[in-house]
Amino acid sequence: MAKVSFTSSGDLLAAYLSGEIDHHSAQMLRQLIDAEISACMPMQLVLDFGNVSFMDSSGIGLILGRAKRMQAMEGSLVVQQAPDQIKKMLDLARVDYK
Amino acid sequence: MKANNLMKISFYSRSVNEGFARGALAAFLAQADPTVPELADVKTAVSEAVTNCIVHAYPDQVGLVYLTAALYDGGVIKITVADKGIGITDVNQAMQPMYTTGNPEERAGLGFAVMQSFMDKIKVTSKPGKGTRVVMTKTLQSRE
Repeated sequence: MAKVSFTSSGDLLAAYLSGEIDHHSAQMLRQLIDAEISACMPMQLVLDFGNVSFMDSSGIGLILGRAKRMQAMEGSLVVQQAPDQIKKMLDLARVDYK
Repeated sequence: MKANNLMKISFYSRSVNEGFARGALAAFLAQADPTVPELADVKTAVSEAVTNCIVHAYPDQVGLVYLTAALYDGGVIKITVADKGIGITDVNQAMQPMYTTGNPEERAGLGFAVMQSFMDKIKVTSKPGKGTRVVMTKTLQSRE
């Protein structure tokens, strides 16, 4: 089970992800995040992986898809708080994080 | 070499079973006492292989995914994920990082790259129209 909750202030939208991100849950997360992007039109989207217990490459697809959306709006995307195992996946996919 | 222990399960190619496959595998592997990162590596690799079956092997139908895990001496684990789906015409091409026949907006094309990186060895055999078999091995570090 994966979940996402949001906070937004000004031009920034933060999505706090939790649980297990795989192909099954990524579809639902994508829809929820995209709906929130459409509602808030942020300049920066923060994806927080602090409470994600598992992620396979479906999570990379989720990140890259949202990065493209933010680019199209001339905005940016930041990945933060990734646990070590998820950093390993991000490194493999050459996705930057802080 | 004969396995010290072995488990086989099969399940429908429904995406909800990706989590089931990881959970069942983790429960079986607990007896081999893997470290947390080792178990996460194996779960990730299996999640990729099972997702490939669901997304690519059976694109327009539900079929069976076959998961086998075997434990050998010296902490060697061998995992097989097989399907009777459409198969892969060019396995070498399919294994190239970033190559995907899925929606490029949402699929990273990293499945095989992750399996190669997170496991010690991977072998893929496939026949168009017959199915695909992925065999992965990893040796767990011994714990004193």
